[in-house]
Amino acid sequence: MKRFLSLLLVVLMAFTLCLAGCGESNDDNADTGNEGNLTKEDIKAAFLYVGPIGDLGYSYAHDQGRLALEAMGITTHYVENVPESSDCEATLRQLCDEVYNVIYATSFGHGEWVEKVAKDYPDVYFGHATGYITGDNVGNYMGRVYEARYLAGIVAGLNSESGKVGYVAAMPIAEVIRGINAFTLGLRSVNPDATVEVIWTNTWFDVTLERNAALELINKGCDVIAQHCDSTAPQVAAGEKGVLAIGYNSSTPTAAPDAYLTAPLFHWDVYYKQNIEAIINGTWKGESYWEGLSAGMVSLDTLTDNCAEGTAEAVAEAEEAIKSGELKIFAGELKDNTGAVRVEAGAEMTDAELQSFDWLVEGVIGSIN
Amino acid sequence: MMEFLDQLSLFLQSTVQMGTPILFGTLGGILNEKVGHTNLGVEGMMLVGACTGFMMGVNTGNPVLAVLTAGLAGALCALIYAFITVTFMGNHTVTGLVLTIFGTGLSSFLGNMKTEVINIIGTLESKPYTQVQLPASVSEPLSDFSVPYLSEIPVLGNMFFTQSIYVYISIIFAVVLAIYMKRTRFGLNMRMIGENPAAADASGINITAYKYIHILIGGFLCGMGGAYLSLVTVDQWKENLTAGIGWIAVALVIFATWDPIKAIFGAYFFGAMQALGPKLQNATIPVVGHINSQFLDMIPYIMTIVVLIFITLRKKKEYQAPAALGSPYFREDR
Repeated sequence: MKRFLSLLLVVLMAFTLCLAGCGESNDDNADTGNEGNLTKEDIKAAFLYVGPIGDLGYSYAHDQGRLALEAMGITTHYVENVPESSDCEATLRQLCDEVYNVIYATSFGHGEWVEKVAKDYPDVYFGHATGYITGDNVGNYMGRVYEARYLAGIVAGLNSESGKVGYVAAMPIAEVIRGINAFTLGLRSVNPDATVEVIWTNTWFDVTLERNAALELINKGCDVIAQHCDSTAPQVAAGEKGVLAIGYNSSTPTAAPDAYLTAPLFHWDVYYKQNIEAIINGTWKGESYWEGLSAGMVSLDTLTDNCAEGTAEAVAEAEEAIKSGELKIFAGELKDNTGAVRVEAGAEMTDAELQSFDWLVEGVIGSIN
Repeated sequence: MMEFLDQLSLFLQSTVQMGTPILFGTLGGILNEKVGHTNLGVEGMMLVGACTGFMMGVNTGNPVLAVLTAGLAGALCALIYAFITVTFMGNHTVTGLVLTIFGTGLSSFLGNMKTEVINIIGTLESKPYTQVQLPASVSEPLSDFSVPYLSEIPVLGNMFFTQSIYVYISIIFAVVLAIYMKRTRFGLNMRMIGENPAAADASGINITAYKYIHILIGGFLCGMGGAYLSLVTVDQWKENLTAGIGWIAVALVIFATWDPIKAIFGAYFFGAMQALGPKLQNATIPVVGHINSQFLDMIPYIMTIVVLIFITLRKKKEYQAPAALGSPYFREDR
């Protein structure tokens, strides 16, 4: 009996080895079949979000882009709450090992892991939002949301009575600083004496902190609250205290109906659609995609009835000027908030300078660090 | 000067508001540790409480039911912890950590479920709880209300007399707990279990029952503390709403040297540090200059370490951790 059992085991083992071998060779066949252009049916796109999509914020906006791809008939998949740590690498590798051949990592901190993993998976197309990496199979993409923020600044300027505007900001990085500066320039284009007071929360997502920062700004006399953070808490706080608010990332008039003025919005679907089409057509390149109002990548939300009269006209005028290139937001002369001239009259900041923005323009109360 | 006093008054008021959820968590932690159980699951129980309380609030519009549900959900999580650590004598640290991870996951799962709400146009719409606002019938009774005359007291009026009823409940809980622990026979029994379970067992105290009851009540308080955030502070449910408050509470149990009354002051001290963060960002302080907010976030933890060193050096009996803290009790052990 014992001998029979051991024989059976040996046979079983040989059989499984055989199977494993077969499995491998099958995989090889599949891999070679995947080369060349991908068709619409072949594309399996995976999205990495840094937060939950239910937040009505940044990740939600990306998910709207994903849904637009689904509507095109593309198979998609998403992973929420992917931290900006080595966990991200594990998630990326797992997705690549599964069926996914197009991967969009949507947070800045995912970048270093994308760079690392992309080298090991040359057949997979990577897109990194808000980043700077390019490679044979890596591109990055971003919206010039500062253009929409400039318009939001105009809205704030025409609706603030005290001339003091509060700004709840997440982290002192170039992207956020650029937004604050554009907002301030927009604000001061209609109200030259107005100021923007900034409070940093030093986190991307903490509802309580964001609310407290907003309340603090309102206590200090700010009557319009803008934000570069994910939750609607600052808007709700503004609504409770009877002041006005400007949202971010998605249209949220229901959160604080009496406070909501507008919000700078992203339309990530514009990029995702053209990127997927480029893959299908074989025209995909690892490049930096950075578009704004004119490409439809960003916009300002429809103004609500809370806005003062004449706001819509002023915004429309500035929007046209930005689209036509007539109005350059970061063109000299620009001073920083210590009074030093940073951009000479007649000069304009380059994209590289914008991507490493590390000073606040005149009119901002606050400091970086 | 007047403006400074106004600002100070508002600062003190938000100190108490920031401290209240921490106080609930700390009281829950004290109850656990006093029967000898290190419970690192505070954060998880708070999250589940915050989420379920909010869901009940949205569905029934009844604030009492919402708060009770939050507490019961916290207690239910504590039941899992108690079952593993008391009945099966599992490792406290691991079980507590698992409870936090479980609570975080469970709350985001529940919070992403859909509910029917009436939108602006007046039609029914299906939305996840994360995108729903708390109905006014729940948020109004729980919002700040000013006690007539008393709230007019300069500087301190807002701090003590313009608060949510929830804040007063937390203080009442702390006082009742202190009296219970120090002045009643049951409290004495409970402390004895934490110090020397074998002696307590020998004197005829039902250790298992005591441990279960205190861990469950502890869970109830943690759940209520979480619901303070979703029902009073932000009136919303968002994933990971507590953002680490449960961990602060775990540290505060030590900071308060296991004393509910000291926990009140400890919680408000930690709350003050949190409230100070946004205040000091754009201020320049004489001599020191500009203080950055990360430094302020750090102070409560440094203070906890200092207190820990201090109580270890002083070796005064009443400031020490319960002697049997963290070790499961086997009746057969000698």
